[in-house]
Amino acid sequence: MTSVKTFAWLTLLFPLAGCIVNALGYRVLRGKLPGYVGTGVLFASFVSAVLMLFALQDLGEEERHVRAVAWDYMSTVGFDGELALLIDPLSTFMTVTITGVSALIHLYSVAYMGGDRGYARFFSYLNFFVFSMLLLILAGNFLFLIVGWAFVGAASYLLISFWFRRDTATAAGIKAFVINVLGDVGLVLGTFFIFKGTGTLDYLATFEKAGEIAQGDVTAGCILLLVGAFAKSAQIPLHTWLADAMEGPTPVSALIHAATMVTAGVYLIARMWPLFEQSSSAAAVGAIVGCLTLFVSATIGLVVTDLKRIIAYSTMSQIGYMIMAVSSGAYVAGIFHFYTHAFFKALLFMAAGSVIAAMAGVQDIDKMRGFRGAMPFTFGCFVVGGLSLAGVPPFAGFFSKDEVLAYVADRGDWHVALVVVGYVTAFITALYTFRLIFRVFFGEPSPEARELEEGHLHHADVPRNPVTGDEEDTDVGFPGPEHHIAEREGPMKVAMGLLALAAIVAGWLQIPNVTHALEEFLHPTFAESRYFEELHPSDGLTFGGMAIGALAAIGGIALAYLIWMRRPEIAVRMRERFRPLHTLFVNKWYADEALDRLFVRPAQWFGRFAQQTFERIVVDGLFVGGPAGLVRAGSAAVRSRQSGFLRAYAALMLLGLAGVVLWLLLSS
Amino acid sequence: MSIAWYLAVSALIFAIGAGGVMVKRNPLVILLCLELMLNAANLALIAFSRMHGTDDGQVFALIVMVVAACEVTVGLGIIVAMYRRRVPVDVDELRELQG
Repeated sequence: MTSVKTFAWLTLLFPLAGCIVNALGYRVLRGKLPGYVGTGVLFASFVSAVLMLFALQDLGEEERHVRAVAWDYMSTVGFDGELALLIDPLSTFMTVTITGVSALIHLYSVAYMGGDRGYARFFSYLNFFVFSMLLLILAGNFLFLIVGWAFVGAASYLLISFWFRRDTATAAGIKAFVINVLGDVGLVLGTFFIFKGTGTLDYLATFEKAGEIAQGDVTAGCILLLVGAFAKSAQIPLHTWLADAMEGPTPVSALIHAATMVTAGVYLIARMWPLFEQSSSAAAVGAIVGCLTLFVSATIGLVVTDLKRIIAYSTMSQIGYMIMAVSSGAYVAGIFHFYTHAFFKALLFMAAGSVIAAMAGVQDIDKMRGFRGAMPFTFGCFVVGGLSLAGVPPFAGFFSKDEVLAYVADRGDWHVALVVVGYVTAFITALYTFRLIFRVFFGEPSPEARELEEGHLHHADVPRNPVTGDEEDTDVGFPGPEHHIAEREGPMKVAMGLLALAAIVAGWLQIPNVTHALEEFLHPTFAESRYFEELHPSDGLTFGGMAIGALAAIGGIALAYLIWMRRPEIAVRMRERFRPLHTLFVNKWYADEALDRLFVRPAQWFGRFAQQTFERIVVDGLFVGGPAGLVRAGSAAVRSRQSGFLRAYAALMLLGLAGVVLWLLLSS
Repeated sequence: MSIAWYLAVSALIFAIGAGGVMVKRNPLVILLCLELMLNAANLALIAFSRMHGTDDGQVFALIVMVVAACEVTVGLGIIVAMYRRRVPVDVDELRELQG
């Protein structure tokens, strides 16, 4: 018991220590040292998390809910804010995955960010990010969940705006932060509703009393928690920040989109299952929104041409699967998909980062071609990640995605419709993933690829913003002049190689009718869940689903091959024929515009009204102008009496004095 | 001798001073008239002191003299400065502080 607690605290505190060391020691730590400090603490944290997992397994199944309380943070009548961690199979599993993938991303960054002048700052932020995420995952009560939740939002702001010379990056950071704060508000208000019914902030105590909360409160609370989850996990309608977040350095994209941050919403719903099972309507909202997001973002991924944004939309889509799963009661499947997704998505981002480096910062796939020969390692990693994302057997994504869909299908009723959308999207996923691969890696090599084949890494003459094309300031807070590709950098190669391996084998943790390792491991967390007990897809459903999934994936790849390799004119013709649809997708279903019309503009209009009408007329006119006018008018009247004639004043004084004396004499 | 005479003289001097302050335009003369008024007050104070047989009034008179001395110092200083700066020495001309 104690060893579990010790390892939990160590896991949490290693990244914090790394953050502080890098933040304070940036003058002392020379060269690549900050990178190795940052990576070292993450590996230490990972080892500690694995030890925590083993220590937890040593406990009896009933005891695997360890609360580690450091101290009472605030304890008063009816309020129990403790600095407490909850270590159970769910949080442990998330912690191990997060620290593992984050450690590899740190390792990758050691080389990838090598030329950046904000090297120590970068690793300090990165460590802080992981610390925040671990706090979110390991928190044992709502109070520290909210703290971790807000920290993650702040850290994402710092990292997305890391290249602060770019206006687009700072704008994206602000956007992410504002939307995340919206989610924070939802989370806090949701917590109030839950707290109202239970009178405790502690998870375990809350879950025990979940049935006692009034139906209205639990539904309102869960919907508000979902708002928080949607904002963090980039689900419709709070998803617009995620694509813009691609302005950050590529390792940041990998970190935010693979294992951390965006999966916080998935974790939240899975963690709060006793509440969501009390409120089927809130759970339905989650499932439908997840389903909507997975489809919509896949269609956008099909048409955008920014390398990183395509992967970002695929992340949204995959998170949609997870949200749909955990909201439908398929908790293990959702967590399983989170786990495989962490590997292949981090891998895809790293490979994309390598390609972008070879392009000297350019992210537009229209300008990329034929990198296969120049970057064989990156190509291999990209294909492995792509196959896993597309869900081709026996890669990791295949098992997890099909488990999600099989379990959701087992819910029956309208959930079947969600599953149909899920399979259609699986097809689209394969299509856009291999569109990316065929366009970037195959065909006639582009000038940059040619240059690389001749042994020289392309460098831009003038640094330009990849989004706007404007020339850029090259001071601190701007990607350095050097670029690093996986083929030439050991740390990047190691990180990508390990992730590629994981992207192949990670799915074998849970193969239907062969092994149920994850389900057994997570059993203590979900033991009392209705759906965990009830949902057991039949063999027909499972293997039928797998067959459909595999066919959808292979069909998608085949179609992608046909369209983008064999007959490129099809793509052009399709674009012409379905012009309105294409426009809709390219403009991201006008989500930005819709949010702009619905919220931003009314807010701006209200601001203008407040400033120009209310403030000018009511505040300036009435409250400030009224008394000021009175004083001014009064003083004007008095001022005209001030003639400046000294003798007149003297006469008045004497007159007044005489009056006073006269009055005194008369009254005595 | 009745105190009324002293007070009558005092009132007369005070009235002369006050009239001078109101009528005269030269600051030097106004200053002189002010002195007259102060000394009229001193006379009244001392008269009352004699009447009551206490020294309080005389102490007051001494203090008034000190104040008068200070006032003259400052006042004359200002008047001299006005001469030096060639400002017209006429209180009717000095009305920049009008509203």
